[in-house]
Amino acid sequence: MGIVLSKLLENRDFVVPGDVLAEGDLRSGENTYRLRGKIYATRVGLVEYSRGVVSVIALEANYEPRIGEIVIGMVVDVDLSGWVLDIDGPSLAFLNVTDALDEPFKPEMVLPNVFDLGDLIVAKVVNIGRDGTPKVSTLGLDLGRVEGGRLVRMTPSKIPRLIGKKGSMVNMILKETGCQIVIGQNGIVLVNSRERDMMDLVVQVMQKIESEAHTTGLTNRIYEFIREMKEKRRR
Amino acid sequence: MSSKIRVVSGLNRARISAALSQGKREDGRGLSDFRAIKIRKNVLDKAEGSAEVFLGGTRIIVGVKIDKGEPFPDTPNQAVLTVNAEFTPIASPTFEPGPPDEASVELARVVDRGIRSSEAIDLEKYCVVPEKTVYVIFVDIFVLNHDGNLIDASALASLAALMGTKLPKYNLEEDKLKLSDEREPLELRDLPITVSVVKIGDNLVVDPTTDEEDIMDTRITVAVNRDGHVCALQKSGSVGLDLEEIKKAIGIACEKATEIRNLLMEG
Amino acid sequence: MSTTKRRLIVDGVRLDGRKVDEIRPIKIECGVLPNANGSSYVEQGKNKILVGVFGPREMHPKHLADLRKAVLRYRYHMAPFSTDPRRSPAPSRRDTELSMIIRNALEPALFLERYPRASIDVFAEILEADGSTRCACTVAASVALVDAGIPMRDLVVACSAGKIDGEIVLDLNDVEDKEGAADLPVAYMPKLGKVTLLQMDGVLTQEELDKSLQLALQGCKKIYEFQKEALKMKYGKQGEKGSVEQD
Repeated sequence: MGIVLSKLLENRDFVVPGDVLAEGDLRSGENTYRLRGKIYATRVGLVEYSRGVVSVIALEANYEPRIGEIVIGMVVDVDLSGWVLDIDGPSLAFLNVTDALDEPFKPEMVLPNVFDLGDLIVAKVVNIGRDGTPKVSTLGLDLGRVEGGRLVRMTPSKIPRLIGKKGSMVNMILKETGCQIVIGQNGIVLVNSRERDMMDLVVQVMQKIESEAHTTGLTNRIYEFIREMKEKRRR
Repeated sequence: MSSKIRVVSGLNRARISAALSQGKREDGRGLSDFRAIKIRKNVLDKAEGSAEVFLGGTRIIVGVKIDKGEPFPDTPNQAVLTVNAEFTPIASPTFEPGPPDEASVELARVVDRGIRSSEAIDLEKYCVVPEKTVYVIFVDIFVLNHDGNLIDASALASLAALMGTKLPKYNLEEDKLKLSDEREPLELRDLPITVSVVKIGDNLVVDPTTDEEDIMDTRITVAVNRDGHVCALQKSGSVGLDLEEIKKAIGIACEKATEIRNLLMEG
Repeated sequence: MSTTKRRLIVDGVRLDGRKVDEIRPIKIECGVLPNANGSSYVEQGKNKILVGVFGPREMHPKHLADLRKAVLRYRYHMAPFSTDPRRSPAPSRRDTELSMIIRNALEPALFLERYPRASIDVFAEILEADGSTRCACTVAASVALVDAGIPMRDLVVACSAGKIDGEIVLDLNDVEDKEGAADLPVAYMPKLGKVTLLQMDGVLTQEELDKSLQLALQGCKKIYEFQKEALKMKYGKQGEKGSVEQD
């Protein structure tokens, strides 16, 4: 069979939901759907044709938890077998007591003493139930209750920008400010530092990334911004 | 970003209180500093008066509508002033649609008190036919975005809206009231400014953000008239205040009121 | 004393200066409310509408949840100062009906089955009303949903057509709606070619109805371009190819 040129747009063209991206041969990738031989975008973003698949790199996407992701959530309920966490997704998440405690569970253990209502928890998504409920775990390094710091909320689709290619952005921020940063894929980010000034600076940096995530040269501009702010504080 | 996830009080309280004790707030302000204020007047065509206020991220729009109606039986020669507030669900994921809750009712009543007690509007002047027909002045406050300190922003927007309000004139012709084409500006005899001061531990803080409101012990709202006199007070919240703190809060409020009034008169 | 009905069109020009097939000046912005997942602001003629979207999020109260799909909740609400005379802030029966039909207009565009037990909440606040607000609210809601990153099959766009002074016109304002002979609001998914909202008030022959529907769809196509533009504007200058993860 000859190759059928079925893509209808150019790579990286701006698309909105409903835009027809391709007809016929290509496979329907991320943020697209197929209907009667045509492939349409489901989210606003940039279309990408790559290796027989057409997808959209979304500029806006609501958070959908995936296995392996780190999330930061808040305990909104405690029952006999574990804790219910709000992770800002389509469903509440569940943390079973066996995924939270290193030791075997004893009936006399009081769950709220481990994690109480309102506690902020860093957890890993380990499973998605059939009904869509994400199951999380706090067994593992750097997981568990948040003990201090400031919380920043970013749009989940901008988190990759905060991380940068191969961690370039976040590593630069860590190096320049000496803060600890825990990034939840659900858009919740925790910043902590013994130096309050640095903590406030990083919060400002994240607000800047949030509003400029779609622009080029951002890592450099953020680097300059941090340098400038540090200079100001020195004076 | 929609989230009911708020950093738990304990975590925020310790950190924010520690910063306050050193005279610092998380957004870099001093304890007595207001956030940036932007006032836009006459933003709505169908209202007789209107204004929009941005206070930091808090955004309020007020529409003033004028009608004629019967006076209240106990004040037969006075115009009717009624203030209503709506915490619209678009303003915060914590606002549910429905009838006004106690917070929005309190806000409306506090804003009303400031205007009424200062006698900013001469209600008797706006009586059309004694005991029969008076002007009815509706002040409707719409919260569009909640970023703390809704009361001060709402009171400011209400005043700005009243400042630009044009009343339709009624002429008495052969015992019947006829609406004329003329409009006359609503006269304001005073500009009462509302300043809220919150207590967080031992610190008194002005223009709180939502994080600061979450951890506050109590709030005292002070309305100050042009002469620098207090014309309304409201303490909100269940922790007690001692006399020293009250005195200090009022002092701060009077000082800030002048600054804000100047801003209002400029625009 | 009899009141003669005034002319709404004189020599092909409407009271606000428009021709019969012109839509009112329209402005659309998205991402305007920081506390909402997605939001938009629409001005169409004198209509001023703000929409905020929350979700998908777990449904509260639980008993309203659907085990198989998300529930879309839409609230059409007018500010007391949005009309002349003032209206009561309490929801009216008209508000209830409009909330439902706009919800029905948006549902076909959403992948509700992807988020069982969740709710997607759309709140429209009408700050100023001047006719065909249900159309402007649908236009705004669609943009706000996209802004929230909620997956959709297509945008939903809406426009009204109607009959005034014997002529079929596009995009009725308040006076034309109240004093005209018929009003036909239509919502449409442009790429999929499906009508998702259709109402009519007044009297039209079948031919007039057909003509009105065609005209309304034309109006929808024009407004669709503004929706796209609003979404694009959020990301920089027109035509500039965006970057996502590169520097």
